[in-house]
Amino acid sequence: MGDPVTLIGKWLENLFFGWGLSAGLVSLIMAVVGVVVIASVVLVLDIFLVWVERKIVARFQDRLGPNRLGPFGLVQPIADVIKLLIKEDILPKGADRFVYNLAPILALATVLLLWAVLPLSSTIYGTNLNVGVLYIVAVGAISTLGIIMAGWASNNKYALLGAFRTVAQMVSYEVPMVIAMLVPVILARSMGLKDIVDAQRIWFLFIAPLPALIFLITSIAELGRAPFDLTEAESEIVAGYHIEYTGMKFGLFYAGELLHALTVGGIISTLFLGGWRGPGAETYPILGVFYFFIKAFFLYWVIMWVKYSLPRIRIDHMLNLNWKFLTPLSLAILIVTAILDKILPRSSEAIYALGMLAANVVVGWITLQLLRLNVRSERKRVAEPKPVAQPETSVAAVTSQTSSSSS
Amino acid sequence: MTALQVIFLITAVGTLGSALMVVITRNLVHAALWLVAALFGVAVIFVQLNAGFLAIAQVVIYIGAIAILMIFAIMLTRRVAQDAGPQTNPNWAWAFLVAAVLFGGLTWLLSAWSGFSTPMPEISSRADPLRQLGQALVSPNAYVLPFEVASVLLVTALIGAIMIAWDRKSG
Repeated sequence: MGDPVTLIGKWLENLFFGWGLSAGLVSLIMAVVGVVVIASVVLVLDIFLVWVERKIVARFQDRLGPNRLGPFGLVQPIADVIKLLIKEDILPKGADRFVYNLAPILALATVLLLWAVLPLSSTIYGTNLNVGVLYIVAVGAISTLGIIMAGWASNNKYALLGAFRTVAQMVSYEVPMVIAMLVPVILARSMGLKDIVDAQRIWFLFIAPLPALIFLITSIAELGRAPFDLTEAESEIVAGYHIEYTGMKFGLFYAGELLHALTVGGIISTLFLGGWRGPGAETYPILGVFYFFIKAFFLYWVIMWVKYSLPRIRIDHMLNLNWKFLTPLSLAILIVTAILDKILPRSSEAIYALGMLAANVVVGWITLQLLRLNVRSERKRVAEPKPVAQPETSVAAVTSQTSSSSS
Repeated sequence: MTALQVIFLITAVGTLGSALMVVITRNLVHAALWLVAALFGVAVIFVQLNAGFLAIAQVVIYIGAIAILMIFAIMLTRRVAQDAGPQTNPNWAWAFLVAAVLFGGLTWLLSAWSGFSTPMPEISSRADPLRQLGQALVSPNAYVLPFEVASVLLVTALIGAIMIAWDRKSG
C-alpha cells in the first residue's frame, strides 16, 4: 500500500515473465521503462516550470504574469512550445554542423542524467550508485563540455567569449561546491544519495548549515543565474554561448536551464533537507515523492528570490568571492567536520548534532570577524588620499626613475 | 556470446575508433572532442569491470578537467581548422615499424597471460569496493606511501603555479 509505482513495476514484471521472457531481458525492459518514465515526467514538469518561473517573476516585480490563456495562464507554456517548434531553424554560416547540433542535446541531457540518482522516495529511485555524489560532479563536467561546444561551433566571437566566461565561472565554482558536498558524505558515511537521505534523521541543514549555504551559493553560480549571470550581458557578449541558436534548439538550452534550477533544488533537498523525509513518508512512500517535490520547489523559489532581488556582481568580485572566500571557508569547515566526526560520540545523536552545529556557528562567527577586519582595512585603503596627477611632477618622477634605473 | 561481451565489443570498437580519429582528423577541436569520446569509452569499460569509482573519476578528471583545459588551449590558438600541411613526416616508416613491433610483442606477451581464460570473479553484494579502495589508499600495508607521494607532488605543483603567477610588485 502507499506505493503505486512499485506495484505497477511488479505487475509489469510478472506480465513479462508470463509471456515467457528471460530474466535478463525482463530486467533490461524494466530499466528502459524506468528511464522513459522518469525522463518523461521530468520533461513534462519542465514545460510547467516555464509558467512557474514567469508567474513568480511577475509577483516579484509586482505584475500579473501570463493570465490570458486558460485558468491562471496555465496554457501559456504550451503555446510557447508550439511557437518554438515552428520557428525557423538557422545554421549559421561556417558553423560546425555536427558539434552545433550536439551541444543543445548535451545541455538538456546532462540535466536529465542527474535525475537517475535522486531518490524520490524510500522505494522510488533510479539507482543507488555508491558514488552518487561524484556522479553529480561528473555530469556537471559533461554539461561544461556542452557549453564550450555550443560556443565554439556557432562560429561567432560573442558566443565563444560567452562560452569562455561561462566555463571559467563553472570550473572555479565547482571547487567549493565539491568540498561542500563532502560534508554530507562525512556525516552519512556514504556517497550514495539514498544512504545520505537514510542517514538524515536530523536534517543535515541543522547539523551543517554553513556547507548548505556554500552549496546553495555555488549552485546558483553553476546555474549562471543572477547575481552570477555574467554569462549573459547584452552590452558585452549579447546572449552568450547560445546566441546563434533558434527555435527548439534554443528551447533545449532554455529548458535545460530551468530544469537545472529545479534539479539543483532537488540535490540540495537530498543532501541537506532530508530528501523525501517527512511525516508518514516511511509507511507511505508515495508521500515521500510529494515531500521531495515540495522541498525542491521551495529551493527553486529561493533561487528565484535571490535572482530577482540582487544585482549582478562584477566579474573580479565574482572570482574573488570564490577563491578568497568560499574555497578557504569550505576547506576550513570540511577539516573541522572531519576532526569533530572522530572526536564526537556517534552513539548519542543529540550530542553529535549539537557539537557539529556549535562548530559551524563558531566557524561562521570567526569568518564574520575576519570579513569585518578585511573590510576595515579595505575602507582605510580606499579612504587614503590618492596622489593627484600633476604634469610637472609626473614628468620629473619619470625622469628621476629612468636616471635611477640607468645608473 | 553474453550480453556483456557484446557491449564490451561495441565499446572497444567505439573507443579505438575515436582514438584513431584523434590522430587522423585535421581539425584540432574535432581531435579534442574525439579524445573526449575515447576517454568516455574507457570510462564505460571501467563500468563493465564493476569499477564505478574509477569510471566516475575518469569522467571527472579526464573529461571535466584535462579535456576542457586542452579545448581551451586549442581555441585560444589561431588558425584552428585551417592547417592543410601533410599529416606525416619522412620518419613514418620507422614509426610504423616500432609501433608494429611493440604491438606484436605485447600481443605475444599477453597471449601467455592466464587472465584471459579466468572468468570474472563475482563481487558479493555486501562488499563495498569503494570503502575497500579508500581504506587501501590510507592503509600502511597497502598504498599509503604512493598516495602521500602523489599528494606531495600535487602540492608542489600548486606552489609552483602560485610562484609563477605571483605578482612581485605588490609584495
